[in-house]
Amino acid sequence: MNKYTERLYNGLVKENPTFVLMLGMCPTLAVTTSAINGIGMGLSTTVVLVLSNMLISMLRKIIPDSVRMPAFIVVVASFVTIVQFLMEGFVPSLYASLGIYIPLIVVNCIILGRAESYASKNPVLPSMFDGIGMGLGFTFGLTCIGIVRELLGSGKVFDIQVLPESYEPITIFILAPGAFFVLACLTALQNVMKKKALEKGDVKKAEKIGCGTNCAECGKKETCGNLK
Amino acid sequence: MNEKWNVSSSPHIRDKATTGNIMLLVVIALLPATFFGIYNFRSENAWLLVVVTTGTAVLTEYIYEKLMHKPVTIKDCSALVTGLLLALNLPPTLPLWMGALGSVFAILVVKQLFGGLGQNFMNPALAARCFLLISFTGKMTYFVYDGVTGPTPLADLKAGEAVDTMSMLIGNIRGTIGETSVLAIMAGAMFLILMGVIDLRIPGTYIVTFVIFITIFGGHGFDPQYITAHLCGGGLMLGAWFMATDYVTSPITKGGQILYGVCLGLLTGLFRLFGGSAEGVSYAIIISNLLVPLIEKVTLPKPFGKGGEK
Repeated sequence: MNKYTERLYNGLVKENPTFVLMLGMCPTLAVTTSAINGIGMGLSTTVVLVLSNMLISMLRKIIPDSVRMPAFIVVVASFVTIVQFLMEGFVPSLYASLGIYIPLIVVNCIILGRAESYASKNPVLPSMFDGIGMGLGFTFGLTCIGIVRELLGSGKVFDIQVLPESYEPITIFILAPGAFFVLACLTALQNVMKKKALEKGDVKKAEKIGCGTNCAECGKKETCGNLK
Repeated sequence: MNEKWNVSSSPHIRDKATTGNIMLLVVIALLPATFFGIYNFRSENAWLLVVVTTGTAVLTEYIYEKLMHKPVTIKDCSALVTGLLLALNLPPTLPLWMGALGSVFAILVVKQLFGGLGQNFMNPALAARCFLLISFTGKMTYFVYDGVTGPTPLADLKAGEAVDTMSMLIGNIRGTIGETSVLAIMAGAMFLILMGVIDLRIPGTYIVTFVIFITIFGGHGFDPQYITAHLCGGGLMLGAWFMATDYVTSPITKGGQILYGVCLGLLTGLFRLFGGSAEGVSYAIIISNLLVPLIEKVTLPKPFGKGGEK
């Protein structure tokens, strides 16, 4: 696996921002009332993430260490503003349903987190692929949650009636508590799948999908059960 | 001779009360309200909903504990109580599968996922009722009595209409299965008090606080008719005697129990008078359940010998 596909794999599976890193929980819980909202939010975050990773990686030798946070925020905020205007102009319905969560992409911790931990230390191309991987991982997570919530909460998926008309929608799933239920269940589900792979005793595979963090720098590697 | 020297760790004197015994007493105390509800809503086949909801609760507990290889605790009747309380809190016309879904939610999500009996952070039956109320608002607020659809007396009262207090006392009115008859509920509550399962502290402070709140903010002053209607309407009596007193989700300190009762009374009054819907007992109880750890913290008694002058 070369370093670009490794970055994509890392963002989509190993360090999936929604199910493993648990980052960006605010939009994850708030806008996933339908699958289309999940995709919209995920993709707009992806665009901002790729562009900001790219620019921050380019500027990484210019930005002084002591003011890096304000500098990152300025870069991210500029891209978010661009995306916001573009969405308002071209996809007004999605813009209306995402509402305040578009400007709030500025403070999405995935974006700042990737800028801080990856883009400010690595060359431009890997940083962009890191952004694509993370963004697609986020989109994947949000879409999964959105599909389940929309299916149970209104009997539809992508606005198409899937369940029979006689199905009585369980409205709580498109309200706030439902977001927590679905997120928790999906996270538990993927943990079960990871645990099964670990139990087969494949250390290399275990390292790949383990806890999603860098084991070389992990303080718990002596006691961690994943590597035994 | 050997038995005399039997060495064991404390406690050496045990009370006969076990979880199973207490839960069984609660079930017996709920029977008058249950049977009255089944009789009252016989044309809506309320018995079927009671059986399905209670059965699903017990079954869910059994299946979960079997799957998780845990000791099966259905014999302590706690799942039975949860299922029965949930059934008493549902309108008789609710589709059966919704009752079953509520039971699964109560046992699986609220009780078992948090560690089983004694670990649940709020009353499972009420949490499930609120889950159903949010999910199926229409079905959960659809009340029928004797084939006639309409609002509950409590909703009438909120709308400013006259209500018949006497029939609210006896229970031949619209409402959920178990909440309509104050007499049947009181009979069960008396039984629990006599058996020493509950005491007056929580229900007493709850009802007194609620009456004071209603008197001050109800807009009717001290009007016995209005206050009686509020006390007999809705789930106040069922909630105060059977659900607010749940051992797991109420404070254990004496001061805490009084504070908890005051919280319940204030919240119920607030929801009923100023809230959007006519009823607020369920929400008042589960919100107060969440406050219990804090209430216990501030009312922690001093151990003997601690504090004082230095």
